[in-house]
Amino acid sequence: MSMGRRHVSEWMGIENGMLVVRPGKVDIGQRISTALAEIAREELTVLRDRIRVAKVKTGSSPDEGTTSGSNSLEQGGLAIRRAAATLRRHAIGLAAEQTGSRPNDWTLTGGILHGPGRNRPVDFLEFAEDMDLRIPLDQDIPPPPARARPASPPMLGIESMAAGSYRFLQDFELPGMLHARAVRPPHARARLLDIRQAVIDELADGGIITVRDGSFIAVAGPREWPVVKAARRVLTSCTWDLEKGLPEIDVDELLAQSKAERMPVLDGRPIPDAPIAPMQPRADCAARYLRPFTMHASLGPSAGLAIRDGKRISIISHSQGIYALRASIAECLGLELENVEITFAPGSGCYGHNGADDAAFDATLVANAIPGKPILLKWTRENEHCWEPFGPPQAVELAARLGEDGRIEGLSAEAIGGTYRGRPSPGPGGAGPARLLANRFRGSPIPAPPAVPNLNKQGGIHRNLDPCYEISETRLVNNLVPDLPHRTSALRCLGAAANIFAIESFMDELAFKLGKDPLSFRRSYLEDPRALAVLDRLGEAMEKAARKLNSDGRGIAYAQYKNEMARVAVGVFVSVADDAAVTLDRAIIVVDAGRIVDLPGLEAQMEGGFLQGASWALHEEVVWNREGIVSSDWDSYPVLRFDNVPEIETIAIDRPDRSSNGAGEASGGPAIAAIVNAVFDATGLRIRRLPLTAEAIRNSALDQEAADG
Amino acid sequence: MELTLRINGRDRSVRSEEDTPLLYVLRDELKLKGAKFGCGLEQCGACAVLADGEATFTCVSPAAAFAGSEIVTPEGLAETECGARVQAAFAEASAAQCGYCTPGLAIAATALLMRNPSPSREEAKAEMQMHLCRCGSHPRVLRAVELAASRNRK
Repeated sequence: MSMGRRHVSEWMGIENGMLVVRPGKVDIGQRISTALAEIAREELTVLRDRIRVAKVKTGSSPDEGTTSGSNSLEQGGLAIRRAAATLRRHAIGLAAEQTGSRPNDWTLTGGILHGPGRNRPVDFLEFAEDMDLRIPLDQDIPPPPARARPASPPMLGIESMAAGSYRFLQDFELPGMLHARAVRPPHARARLLDIRQAVIDELADGGIITVRDGSFIAVAGPREWPVVKAARRVLTSCTWDLEKGLPEIDVDELLAQSKAERMPVLDGRPIPDAPIAPMQPRADCAARYLRPFTMHASLGPSAGLAIRDGKRISIISHSQGIYALRASIAECLGLELENVEITFAPGSGCYGHNGADDAAFDATLVANAIPGKPILLKWTRENEHCWEPFGPPQAVELAARLGEDGRIEGLSAEAIGGTYRGRPSPGPGGAGPARLLANRFRGSPIPAPPAVPNLNKQGGIHRNLDPCYEISETRLVNNLVPDLPHRTSALRCLGAAANIFAIESFMDELAFKLGKDPLSFRRSYLEDPRALAVLDRLGEAMEKAARKLNSDGRGIAYAQYKNEMARVAVGVFVSVADDAAVTLDRAIIVVDAGRIVDLPGLEAQMEGGFLQGASWALHEEVVWNREGIVSSDWDSYPVLRFDNVPEIETIAIDRPDRSSNGAGEASGGPAIAAIVNAVFDATGLRIRRLPLTAEAIRNSALDQEAADG
Repeated sequence: MELTLRINGRDRSVRSEEDTPLLYVLRDELKLKGAKFGCGLEQCGACAVLADGEATFTCVSPAAAFAGSEIVTPEGLAETECGARVQAAFAEASAAQCGYCTPGLAIAATALLMRNPSPSREEAKAEMQMHLCRCGSHPRVLRAVELAASRNRK
């Protein structure tokens, strides 16, 4: 996005003595609003209770693309810092001009302007409220103000969250609103043949409307529970053409047998149709790692609220990309862009492209059929688990060639997986509509679009495929597997989760093979002083913790997210029980994310990323069979719970003179690898396929016994 | 169905269909949105309320099963000494990320502290075991429980 000729007024305004910050990035559980308000406070020094963060809405909020990729602090934060610094410079310039003084004579502290020619303090916001904020953004702004230590702003909304009064989209009530539920087929390949009309008629007598468009079915009515029951009833009165069902195949085999599009990765980017260097004839160590399909599984099932008023549709959604969703929905319905308005309202935590966009479109289809009524359509738990776009599976094949001195001379890394690119976003071939779930079921269905590669730097499958280490020769290949049986899209970390799991497991395997300490082995391939500092802090903290713990094993991992963002080292201590269940005894996270804006926010993202990574490492795998998705609830898709939450020590290294890095996705990959490495240290079992369930570990032990004869 | 439920210290007369789970009566009929729908299967705890002081899931059991019980929803927690202490501790410890599981966890923490004023960390984990959080706010939630316990002046 170009910053040229954009104005302060797009990102902030002053209303009734309050600074209104208008981000384009949305709160999805990562407390970005708190950090963005803090950036404005740093620049303008106004008190926190005089800053309000505006709703994010098409038309009035800046289009900052999708809230994803740990980019919000770097992109959204920079925009707000630029707007605030520009406003400060202009306000001070104006004050100087009015008093015939020089801007350098003026200071701004505590939200008060001090300068010559005024006999009393000037409240900055009152002064600036009269200014026209259509001021072009300064391209060069001074570095952020100096401060002794990172700020710890209170999290916006925390009081109402604790009190139960924080309003999620699922909690909305509008006059005349109807509740709605979609009725989904048994699986993605099923088609509706018939619904018993008598059931539809009976429901209609009870005030419940059934909307049908091909195999898309929804029910709507004024009271929620009757609508829930009606949806169940309609489901049992449907007859489906199940075709052959879903293919029954192990995910490893699925990836191995598919014909992938192969692209070399150079300078972080896949290059289509370019020659791929052949494998070196000799590899001293080679291994294949695998991560299965996983899901976001947001705690609150997705919802959408829509109302049709004549030609206009107003939508409330917890989508991460309201502008792209607006364009996609406008295209589906043949509406002018300005006749579709989307306002963001929070759903529950979102870790990538979950059901939010699809639920918004489901609600829109129902609203379209029932004009004039606000429609709040909510997915069920089963809908969310079975129909969200999953995180694609990914295999990573690594091979290393060692020199005579035992150092890694060359490394080949091939990532093989499905696309992370499934968000509705207008593009050639109707990519917007084709990526909205309901369009696959409607009367004129739009089939699943072909998997497209993400050619962006550090974009998708290839994110963090390049090891962060000084290795003289690397051969990196992105293998995009088309035609997977399940829809896939962006899930927190994208390919970095599988790639870091693989590379950091492999580094451990090499260190073990060469008889080296895992930490000093990694150190010997790093020159970046900030990376070394992170690892050294981890080493110290691990030694200290080890003295107090009686664990079976420990493991570490390191990565710099996207090879250019936050540097994170993770250490884990585990115990492995006789039945092979893994207990996380202690975790230590060391992070260098540049200048820290919101210290508790950074720590929370580190902890949250670690715990989600731990859940991926130990539990998460989507299971399916011919009849459909088996992982349909929290029993059939277990995740990490309180009993396995370790004490987590987070050490954040502040770099006040460096730019701030986003960190929401930086600890997940290292968390997986550190746990896998700790299990190896505890058991001698090197497990290269996630998740490390007790059963998987027991099977690995049996395989090992058989191999040892 | 006409039913009287005792909710947040008041008698409330409700008319939902007989099989309606308490959660829908609270959210849809009484507009008390603090308890959340998470699964409808009693697997995640987002819908918890206090029923006679015990953290109880409301997404399956019909409202009638709660007749005669003293129900406290997340909205009513602040009116109890222990609940207010827990909510303040959650805010102070930033014990939430997206906040969707938070009301249910505040209910669980209150139930625990009413029964056991100074629980160990393991006891707190056991109490929270049926509650899911996908964002990873767990360490802060456990700290909030300890903070709330440390402020018990009784």
